[in-house]
Amino acid sequence: MDYYLNLINTIGIHTLLGLSAYLLILTGQVSMAQAGFFGIGAYTAAILTVIFESSILTAIGAAMLVSGGVAFLVGFPALRVRGLMLVVATVAFSEFARMFFYNLKWRIVRDGAEIGPDGTMGFAEIRYFNDNGWLNWEVTIFIWVFVAVVMALIWWSDKTRIGAVLRAVGEDELAADSTGINVTVVKVAAMTAGGVVAGLAGSLYAHQVTDLDHHTFTVLLATFAIAYPILGGLSNVFGTLIAVLFIQGLLVEGLRFLGDWRMLLFGALIILAMNIKPLGLFDNQTIRFLRNALGVKRQSGSV
Amino acid sequence: MLEIKTLSKHFGGVKAVDNLDLQVERGEIVGLIGPNGSGKSTLVNLVCGVLKPTSGEVIFEGHSMAGQVPSARLRHGIARTFQNIRLFGGLTVWQNLWVARNSNEDIRSQSILRRWLGSATTLKKEIETMLEFSDLADKADVLASNLAFGEQRRLELARAVAAKPRLLLLDEPAAGMNRAEVAELEQRIRSLREQGITILLVEHVMQLVMGVTDRIAVLNFGSKIAEGSPNDIQENTAVQEAYLGHSD
Repeated sequence: MDYYLNLINTIGIHTLLGLSAYLLILTGQVSMAQAGFFGIGAYTAAILTVIFESSILTAIGAAMLVSGGVAFLVGFPALRVRGLMLVVATVAFSEFARMFFYNLKWRIVRDGAEIGPDGTMGFAEIRYFNDNGWLNWEVTIFIWVFVAVVMALIWWSDKTRIGAVLRAVGEDELAADSTGINVTVVKVAAMTAGGVVAGLAGSLYAHQVTDLDHHTFTVLLATFAIAYPILGGLSNVFGTLIAVLFIQGLLVEGLRFLGDWRMLLFGALIILAMNIKPLGLFDNQTIRFLRNALGVKRQSGSV
Repeated sequence: MLEIKTLSKHFGGVKAVDNLDLQVERGEIVGLIGPNGSGKSTLVNLVCGVLKPTSGEVIFEGHSMAGQVPSARLRHGIARTFQNIRLFGGLTVWQNLWVARNSNEDIRSQSILRRWLGSATTLKKEIETMLEFSDLADKADVLASNLAFGEQRRLELARAVAAKPRLLLLDEPAAGMNRAEVAELEQRIRSLREQGITILLVEHVMQLVMGVTDRIAVLNFGSKIAEGSPNDIQENTAVQEAYLGHSD
């Protein structure tokens, strides 16, 4: 049972991580910085509950603020580069953040035991849920409430002018600038929002696994973050969720019985999926199919 | 209304625009013609802020536009279309016009919350008028990338007008159009002038330039070689030589 709950938690956290990259990809920015923002959120929240003994909601809120603030600052230099150069620059940022935590040592003694981040040894015993008597399924619901709220917020803002403007910038920056859209504001805002969501994902992750290790926040995690929205498609937020289910549920866990052959099939299946559905698993074609199947009529004049 | 003063843009040794002076008065339709590579598109990009001039300046309604990015110039009232169509292909026709509603008037008339969080229907009436003007009323929900070529051209013009400009730069709007479409475009440009929009028209299609403009400026190698009414320009020997070469 705990195995399945952990899998559901992982899917929720990775959905948030994917959505943070989704916001950026809408504006045409392929950012590998999401792993860095995720790590910053994880460490910030864990330091707050472990060393400062704050409540989980305070810790999550602070993690979102700190990650969002850092993302805001990263947003400005990121404006000057695009495409592959942005990928390289943001990889550098993620590694910078990871190396910071690799060196971060902040040990205090409480009840005769040393606690806190311990540099290369990682950051163990983030026991907030355990100490406060949360049951595993309660943690799962807690995580998924956040997932649901973030998905609903992004889904809804995609229906407003916010979504249309983000997509316009992603389609053609020069045309967007020439139609009066302030591209600087839009891109920095998307980076900031992406940082907030990645920070949220990280803070939940830290308390769910109870044990942080800088190896988690590598380029691989950043690659997963951008793979979800790309594989799922940018039609709407459910694409990202479906891609996480496909990768984490089916490929990572579902193929475990294959042993070492798993990673080979993993890559092959992703390539296959992208060839069959080049615009994402959940593209307009899929949506139209589902609409017809469920008999939902499309409203004219809206999106 | 628009004053271009000793404007130059050099790319390395190439003088794309060189020491150019040009004035456009309110309510005019001014044509800008010249052989390929004469600097017409560079001039459009300088006026709307995509390129920074090497020297000289662009003055619009008495304000220097130096250092202003395109989106800022749009708020001053300068909009443009592109030579190679640049629509937001993944957005619907409706959304293309919706995101372009960025005039100061539009921004002031709505609260920030209503502007950003209100539904698309807030501006329904005005956008519908624009769609009708562009003959795209039945295409509102079609993705811009799925439109036919002529429709894309019409949508691009509508998107520029959606920002309620006072000066509109049209960069070869008739390229690739047949005679009937050009005639239709001519009507549309005239009706924009009647709405009070001043137009700077860069064009190769002489049917349009000669038919619709009040005044024409001719560029060659980045410099103005002639300026005058369409009739004057047709009889100007310097212009004939620029297009056809010398008769030795």
